[in-house]
Amino acid sequence: MNNTTGSQDAGLAIHTEKLNLWYGTFQALFDVDLKIKQGIITSMIGPSGCGKSTFLRSVNRINERLGYVRITGAIDVMGENIYAPGVELVQVRKQIGMVFQRPNPLPISIRENVLFGHRIHNAATKTSKSEADDIVEGALKTVLLWDKVKDRLDTKATGLSLEEQQKLCIARLLPVKPGVLLMDEPCSALDPKGTEAVEELIWELRGQYTILIVTHNMAQARRASEECIFMLMGKVVEHSDTGKMFVTPENKETSDYIEGRYG
Amino acid sequence: MSEKMAQTAAGAGSDFDRLTLDWYIDKLVQALVFIGGISAIVFIIGIFVFISREGFGFLLGEFNFKEFFFSPNWRPTSETKETFGILALVAGTASVTGLAMLIAIPFSLGAAIFIAEFASGKTREFLKITVELLAAIPSVVWGFIGLAIMNPIIIETFDVPVGLNVLNAGVILGLMAAPIMTSIAEDALNAVPDPYREAAEAMGATRWQVIYKVVLPAAKNGLLGAVLLGVGRGFGETMAVLMATGHSINIPTSVFDSVRALTATIAAELGETAAGSPHYQALFTIGIFLFVITFIINLAADLVVRGVKKG
Repeated sequence: MNNTTGSQDAGLAIHTEKLNLWYGTFQALFDVDLKIKQGIITSMIGPSGCGKSTFLRSVNRINERLGYVRITGAIDVMGENIYAPGVELVQVRKQIGMVFQRPNPLPISIRENVLFGHRIHNAATKTSKSEADDIVEGALKTVLLWDKVKDRLDTKATGLSLEEQQKLCIARLLPVKPGVLLMDEPCSALDPKGTEAVEELIWELRGQYTILIVTHNMAQARRASEECIFMLMGKVVEHSDTGKMFVTPENKETSDYIEGRYG
Repeated sequence: MSEKMAQTAAGAGSDFDRLTLDWYIDKLVQALVFIGGISAIVFIIGIFVFISREGFGFLLGEFNFKEFFFSPNWRPTSETKETFGILALVAGTASVTGLAMLIAIPFSLGAAIFIAEFASGKTREFLKITVELLAAIPSVVWGFIGLAIMNPIIIETFDVPVGLNVLNAGVILGLMAAPIMTSIAEDALNAVPDPYREAAEAMGATRWQVIYKVVLPAAKNGLLGAVLLGVGRGFGETMAVLMATGHSINIPTSVFDSVRALTATIAAELGETAAGSPHYQALFTIGIFLFVITFIINLAADLVVRGVKKG
């Protein structure tokens, strides 16, 4: 039924075992064991401070820029432990793209934003102008932005609307062909129309990329993901098919949260 | 009944009476702050008017544009023919400031990048405080260092007869300007929003790629402003330059030539002239010239720094 991945086990994009994480002395994640399948959209829900963003940020290792983060356990991405001593951060982040809560295009032109990642990871080889043009056009077409911005590729990306900025932030990850896209509440800074457009885009990308999306919006998790993870107080409470979780949750906490009794 | 109502109305009236003590204090403080605020402007205009008036007689009378700007001969006390040419003095100031910037720009930008982007926690606080302390060293102390320490070192190292020269003053002035430039450049780097760095790092950029490709371009106006303020500082500096240049009128052909700066000339000669004499007025004309130059530099710095906030 799924011809891109092999057996269920080989088809894991992210696999964590006994993942614990501390900010200084504060423990944010407790023994997180997760198996996230390749090529589908998995959403993470839970009240503020439950550790869903923390988990997401530790899969890209962007958490480490804070400097006071400590981790035990393992995170395997595509079968490789990204916290192994010999692992190069640059390669990890090439494989695992990240979209942030607030659109954060760089203060350079739209074109250069799309090419930024490509240039970093191909610093040794010179990219010809026509190659670069193809990359920019391809990435912007994938995120349905090409027609809107093709005439102003050299203008500053920070001048775009928030929705367009967020699409650009997704587009700039694509040229380096990441396996996994992490999205940290990608629509929370957008208006309803922008949210709809970006959600549609994320749905379009399903299959080509493994997408892990953190959201505080349960309706969004329900309509835009195939599997869903519910977290509470740094622990995974439930991980199942989205449809199943929202109709017949296994845990009382899950049903309480989904029905809006807290959070 | 009606009496009672009238009373209530009067009572309500006094509740809304705004002429309370707090109201008077508020008005008083507003007035004081207003006076404080405009006094700076009044004083600057006053200074400009004063300098202009003193130098005006010379500008109208003996001022010869060609001689003043293009003659290297500054002989204000000559018995036979007085000449007031500031070319050599401008060359002195420019050479010292130029060398100072060559030294200060790499040092201060390097220090600012280190403090803003690499150092963290206690190291960062310690460095910031140290830089601010350095900025507060009086210029006469720098002059003393030039005179007593740099002078013999230069004579010995380069085997030259005089150690008070462009090199000495340039190094001293560079070290003097570096802390303030560091401080402003660091502010400019800190003003670059952190999400930019996070975005670039999340895409796999190394620390240096983040700085080179994202932070420096985003902060370039602020950094240019820092450099311009450093230039302004170098231009206006008097005491250290007076002590370290050797104070001899000369268009320098090497860094080992002694020179004299515009500011140092005013400081050294003004006390010995008769008020109102052509020499006295010529010195004030130099003052106007310096005032205009530093004003332009500061204005330019201000405009480029503002540019960064708009963009």
